[in-house]
Amino acid sequence: MSFFGFGQSADIDIVLNDAETRKKAEHRSEDGRKDKYFLFYDGETVSGKVNVTLKYPGKRLEHNGIKIEFIGQIEMYYDRGNHHEFVSLVKDLARPGELTQSQTFDFEFTHVEKPYESYTGQNVKLRYFLRATVGRRLNDISKELDLVVHTLSTYPELNSSIKMEVGIEDCLHIEFEYNKSKYHLKDVIVGKIYFLLVRIKIKHMEIDIIKRETTGTGPNVYHENDTIAKYEIMDGAPVRGESIPIRLFLAGYELTPTMRDINKKFSVRYYLNLVLIDEEERRYFKQQEITLWRKGDIVRKSMSHQAAIASQRFEGFSAMPSAGKKRFYFHFET
Amino acid sequence: MSDPVVADTRRLNSKPQDLTDAYGPPSNFLEIDVYDPQIVGVGRGRYTTYEVRMRTNLPIFKLKDSCVRRRYSDFEWLKNELERDSKIVVPPLPGKALKRQLPFRSDEGLFDESFIEERRSGLEQFINRIAGHPLAQNERCLHMFLQEETIDRNYIPGKV
Repeated sequence: MSFFGFGQSADIDIVLNDAETRKKAEHRSEDGRKDKYFLFYDGETVSGKVNVTLKYPGKRLEHNGIKIEFIGQIEMYYDRGNHHEFVSLVKDLARPGELTQSQTFDFEFTHVEKPYESYTGQNVKLRYFLRATVGRRLNDISKELDLVVHTLSTYPELNSSIKMEVGIEDCLHIEFEYNKSKYHLKDVIVGKIYFLLVRIKIKHMEIDIIKRETTGTGPNVYHENDTIAKYEIMDGAPVRGESIPIRLFLAGYELTPTMRDINKKFSVRYYLNLVLIDEEERRYFKQQEITLWRKGDIVRKSMSHQAAIASQRFEGFSAMPSAGKKRFYFHFET
Repeated sequence: MSDPVVADTRRLNSKPQDLTDAYGPPSNFLEIDVYDPQIVGVGRGRYTTYEVRMRTNLPIFKLKDSCVRRRYSDFEWLKNELERDSKIVVPPLPGKALKRQLPFRSDEGLFDESFIEERRSGLEQFINRIAGHPLAQNERCLHMFLQEETIDRNYIPGKV
């Protein structure tokens, strides 16, 4: 705003063309609140209108150009000043000049590539947004509209089970099995724990889902572990030959797809942690990574054609090494 | 894309359990009793010993039923050996009660009945906790403490 008298200013409003029909998705913001945002998939066109409304009708608004940008960026919390933009598109809406009245500008970003899923974590944030700017000499007027992007995958061709024998020599031997190594976000983990040797006094057993967010590279790598779920699967002392079933429904937990080395900046990986606790509260545990992926909804006729195309774009999975039967030792908290 | 509407949550196949395993004695039997406190010696040199009886079916212990006499400082010795040689976080012992060793007390000091009972209970908890630890079971000091009549303080520390 001008210091001398009443300078002209404007309000900017960004409206999507398909605001009525486009689905919204919930996304947790940095402060923990859950808000809804328009949901986009990779390859979809982003189009709409920018409304520039003059604050004081009748007065002119001089400007250095009006533009709209579509931005996908990664922000590390420890380095807020530096935004790493991996998608940056711009459309000029008006050349430098002046507005004599409120005006609306159309824009379209055609078939925009959105390679990663939106993510708000403990130390890093990946977001997509539209930003409309009216350039001015002293200070620009701008408005942002946050969007949420989901990356979809389809059933992986290779999805071997995880089966392993683990233990502590002469004290505890178990064989655990999980039916798959890759699970979608609404999937069920079906498995079993088979006891081969039990020379310790077990009190109970649980399975935890751990999310590990890794930020930074080289010597500055930082892992943030968060236990998303703790689920007791056995209460009491097992003996040799017993099989304990596991059935863990993932839909009840706040999970994201596995994100590996996103733009070389961060990763989000998930692990199943099998924990046995003995009568003296000693904990014996074995961690195993699983891959989580997002399944597209069944394509319905009412869905936009673009979204139908988008939901069929597959993310290739590199085959995970087949687990087979290997002998491992438990991690044992002393 | 044809995927099942309801996820398959059927249990994985598992081997039926052998009945002798199901109904047989468990392989993790280990019980240590600390009892029968006896006061040994005369005058100011007196001290209390306790009977330490271990019953177990764990193969790592040579004797399945053993009985030895130990005093508080023997437990202290064991704690120090384990703290030095192994990576275990050793549980705490009941207190040393130095104040009780001072003269002019209104009670029996170290030989007060309720104090001895408190100490006995603490020692029992301590030894049960440590003997059940898979890493402690590998230490020679633990086996010597539990199953040899006297503790040879000049022994060579090591793993079993």
